Amino acid sequence: MAVVAQPHDAPDGHVINQTHAEVTRDVVATLGPPSRGYLLLLAGAVSLFLIGILTFLILLKDGLGHAGYNPPIFWSVYITTFVFWVGIGHAGTLISAILFLFRSPWRTAVYRSTEAMTVFAVMTAGLFPIIHIGRQWIFYWLLPYPNERYLWPNFKSPLIWDVFAISTYLTVSTTFLVFGLIPDVAAVRDKVSGWRKMIYSWSSVGWQGTDNQWRHYSRAYLYLAALATPLVLSVHSVVSWDFAVSIVPGWHGTIFAPYFVAGAIYSGIGMVLTLIIPLRRALKIEHMIHSYHFDNLAKLTLLTGSILLYAYAMEYFVAWYSGNTFEQTTFYRRAFGPMWWAGWTMIICNAFVSQLLWFRKIRTNLTSLFIISIFINIGMWFERYVIIVSSLSNDYIPWAWDQMNPTWADWGILLGSFGWFGMWFLLFAKTFPIVAIQEIKEMIPMPRKRGGHG
Amino acid sequence: MALLKRGKTAQPARRAPGVLGSFSHIDSAVDAIRALRAKGYRNLVVYSPAPNHEIEEALEHGVSPVRLLTLIGGLTGCTAGFAMTIWMSYDWPLVVGGKTIASIPPYVVIGFELTILMGALSTVAAVALFSVLMGKRGTPYDPRFSDDMIGIFVPTVPDQLGPIEQLLRSAGAMEVRHEPA
Repeated sequence: MAVVAQPHDAPDGHVINQTHAEVTRDVVATLGPPSRGYLLLLAGAVSLFLIGILTFLILLKDGLGHAGYNPPIFWSVYITTFVFWVGIGHAGTLISAILFLFRSPWRTAVYRSTEAMTVFAVMTAGLFPIIHIGRQWIFYWLLPYPNERYLWPNFKSPLIWDVFAISTYLTVSTTFLVFGLIPDVAAVRDKVSGWRKMIYSWSSVGWQGTDNQWRHYSRAYLYLAALATPLVLSVHSVVSWDFAVSIVPGWHGTIFAPYFVAGAIYSGIGMVLTLIIPLRRALKIEHMIHSYHFDNLAKLTLLTGSILLYAYAMEYFVAWYSGNTFEQTTFYRRAFGPMWWAGWTMIICNAFVSQLLWFRKIRTNLTSLFIISIFINIGMWFERYVIIVSSLSNDYIPWAWDQMNPTWADWGILLGSFGWFGMWFLLFAKTFPIVAIQEIKEMIPMPRKRGGHG
Repeated sequence: MALLKRGKTAQPARRAPGVLGSFSHIDSAVDAIRALRAKGYRNLVVYSPAPNHEIEEALEHGVSPVRLLTLIGGLTGCTAGFAMTIWMSYDWPLVVGGKTIASIPPYVVIGFELTILMGALSTVAAVALFSVLMGKRGTPYDPRFSDDMIGIFVPTVPDQLGPIEQLLRSAGAMEVRHEPA
């Protein structure tokens, strides 16, 4: 956007060796007929999604008894996976909105795919509270709507804050994604023919790239980024308050909001890496997203991973320093109790694996980055599992302590969520430009008759 | 439906007469804009594949009024958030241990979320209003303007077509087209 300054000369000397026409050509080429690998991936995603649907239908018919709930643990895999997916979304908004405000030149090539990831991750996350409430067909009771008994939601409950935070986040990030797509869809419209032209013409809502359109668009994009920035920080804070506002040992911590936001961005970048590394090869855009972008993504992972390392250490320190026996017991049992394996998976995958990224060789090696990203995904799912399940499993009265084991109903929905997310992401990648055409063009100086490059 | 019609950019509903010049060099296009504006043609339409600050400066546009609607939307959302929570608390009071029925701190979350929601939606509505509904209609277009060319359309009367074409060509236009009414 040319609102304040044009990042023609990136401070780190990064140059894009492409002309405007080549950018359009290469991005439009990604929308061509799908390869066999793509179709296989899509078939895999749809199959997983069908497993999820089947599990959900059984839950609808029989109720939540199939899931592995065991008193006192009534929040387990569904809430864990809800927090996991909301977290995934955060990296997308960080890259598309926050780094836009900071004018980071490297975000342009990757931000569209991360923003799409945000929308689909939040779309996935939004399903989980609905699955979790048990009587799924009355989920609309969560919303404040006039009813014959004058009952309104209790706005002092963090659970209703969540309803507002998540639905706002979904709406605003979808708006941001669609808004950013309009000029790019217009560029595709002008390159294709037949029924595809008709569809892209309709979706580009009459975009012509006139000076008047760009003037309002650039301003609006800036404001959307400025609105999305505090939003993204608030959403995971609100999610963390679902736990922190309660008095369960292990949940009742003031560190929770920043700790969750850092974890969310960390997990999100992990997912970005998992998605982009194979995608750039499948769509033949290796020359647009390369080691320069991965190096920067890895640095961001290192930063947030280090914040997590600090947060984990601080949680243990505060538990010890508080002198509170319940808090101390909870944290002792996290490391040495019945769920020690989950506790150590979280600490090793998040706090320690991320420290490998201090080495430039690892940051720019895509194989190692991909493997690290898988560790991040696993580690961050376990982080939420540990926080939720291990804290609930032992509260104030040892007599009431118990454990739980996830069942097929938990795993079925978890797999289904990956299928649902993957399906939308793959469909998006073949339908819309996955690299932002106009923002890349904005970084390439237009040719000059009088020589030089802008 | 208006949006649908606008989508068919190759055949606009109503054509404005004038001259359309296509440029592949940014400095030539900016020269042409300055020369046209110096001659009193202020009603130009400039197409570009990406926003460009040189074009913006040459056209001397003011700040977009979108910000006003963002502000109004945000304030409306904030007011709505607090009004809704406070009113609903008193409409069916949940009295717990003599605590305040409508307590502001937890309602800040709802007020904040609705501020962002309404602010963002009204920003997009503002763009739709200013650039689609209130924008110029029926101006000629070329598919290359979304690729790598800059277009300048000068709406004018038939006897001025020649001099404007001359001006565009001397500034460095690659192509000049007369657009009949």
